Amino acid sequence: MTDPKDFVAVVDSDVRKTPRRIAFITKRTSPQVHVKDEERVMTYPEVFFRTAVAIQVLAIILVVISLRWNAPLEGLADPMHTPNPAKAPWYFLGLQELLHYFPPVVAGVLIPGLVVMALIVIPYFNINIEAEGLWLRDKTRRLRIFGTVVVLFCIFLAVFDVWVALVPTLIVAAFMLLAAQTPPQITRGFRGWLASKPLSFWIMTWFLFELVVLTAIGTFFRGPGWSWVWPWRT
Amino acid sequence: MANTLDRLADQVRENRIWRSIFRSGTGESNLHRALTVQQNVFLHLFSVKARKRTLEFRATWYLGALTFGTFLILVITGILLMLYYHPSVPQAYADMKDLQFVVSSGVFLRNLHRWSAHAMVFLVFAHMFKVFYRGAYRPPREFNWVIGVVLLLMTLLLSYTGYLLPWDQLAFWAVTVGSNIASAVPVIGAKMRFLMLGGTAVNANALLRFYVLHCVILPFAAVVLIAIHFWRIRKDGGIYPGESPAEGDAK
Repeated sequence: MTDPKDFVAVVDSDVRKTPRRIAFITKRTSPQVHVKDEERVMTYPEVFFRTAVAIQVLAIILVVISLRWNAPLEGLADPMHTPNPAKAPWYFLGLQELLHYFPPVVAGVLIPGLVVMALIVIPYFNINIEAEGLWLRDKTRRLRIFGTVVVLFCIFLAVFDVWVALVPTLIVAAFMLLAAQTPPQITRGFRGWLASKPLSFWIMTWFLFELVVLTAIGTFFRGPGWSWVWPWRT
Repeated sequence: MANTLDRLADQVRENRIWRSIFRSGTGESNLHRALTVQQNVFLHLFSVKARKRTLEFRATWYLGALTFGTFLILVITGILLMLYYHPSVPQAYADMKDLQFVVSSGVFLRNLHRWSAHAMVFLVFAHMFKVFYRGAYRPPREFNWVIGVVLLLMTLLLSYTGYLLPWDQLAFWAVTVGSNIASAVPVIGAKMRFLMLGGTAVNANALLRFYVLHCVILPFAAVVLIAIHFWRIRKDGGIYPGESPAEGDAK
């Protein structure tokens, strides 16, 4: 071993400045700067600490739930004895509800496949990025297209007796019409908020609404033979 | 007392062995804090600084972090459950009964794994919708959105493969319903189902396949994708801060 050093090398820095930006302003461009530098914090400890607290709160909640409620366990698997109804895990019950109306190739393959494709391509279409209110421009033509699509889709759902999917569609369509009827001078409040929403918002909200409704119906309102039951009567 | 503890902690951190592992050393300065993140292979996935605005609760509801939290709980409880589990018929079901009546805290372990799994599926969906409604999927973050969608599918597959493992009536018929849907795929449907189940019906082979998928293949894929997902947050300019307040003022 070498002799212990009689000094300690310290590197210490607390630089608060962020690097300066240099902007080259060409002719006919306004030199006005919109974006200001905003306040930043150190990831360690600030972000990690908050994340840890959030995860700990969640862990406590899950531990309490686990102490209070037991996970379901039924009898040994028996291929000879089919329970009625045989249900998939809850997050697939929306799909199982659709299987009740459509052939498996539509409800089990086509619809989930299209949903996944649609989710993946969302950020690659400008229509999803511009975020301009749907009815702010070209309103008459858009209303005509919107009306045609909704009517055709509702007829399609009615032909297959999918009333459970028809109701959320009509509710979302009603809100879209309310947004379309909002006078342009109203920009505040609930109606102003509705009017500012782009097409992607409406489609996603419709999807979320359908997802929740179909899953809830598959979970709580379906009994033997996939017949309609009221959960509070069983 | 607190002072003594602080000094003790500093002594540990200045120790040669500690310094050989963690190079950032002691200190409260921003440089040290930056080095703590930057010089750690795991923490290095994250940026050194974050916009203060993105840490507010309303920005993210911490849904991504919470989803990761459930994943951590699931990995830990899952490994412990593996110690008591045989992926064979009908031993798998007997192991459930053992967890219930023989293993110390076995019921709690299984409960925590099961409820956390449900929570993770729910949180992943919630995270996706929150990201969408904030507009955080927009460029330059579009590819991270795609990874997120793949992670959603991973979560569903993990949950679905785990659903079979208790080998009770619930598990057996839920997976039978699901695998029948797979056979509806045109042309390759029946073949896909055969590959998935290792046979023409849900049986011991299917249990083994689902076990391997659930405990090895899918978690490994998920860990890799989660790492990329986190790293892409840094590479895409941090958590989406929302519309710039300065721009809002200008209007």
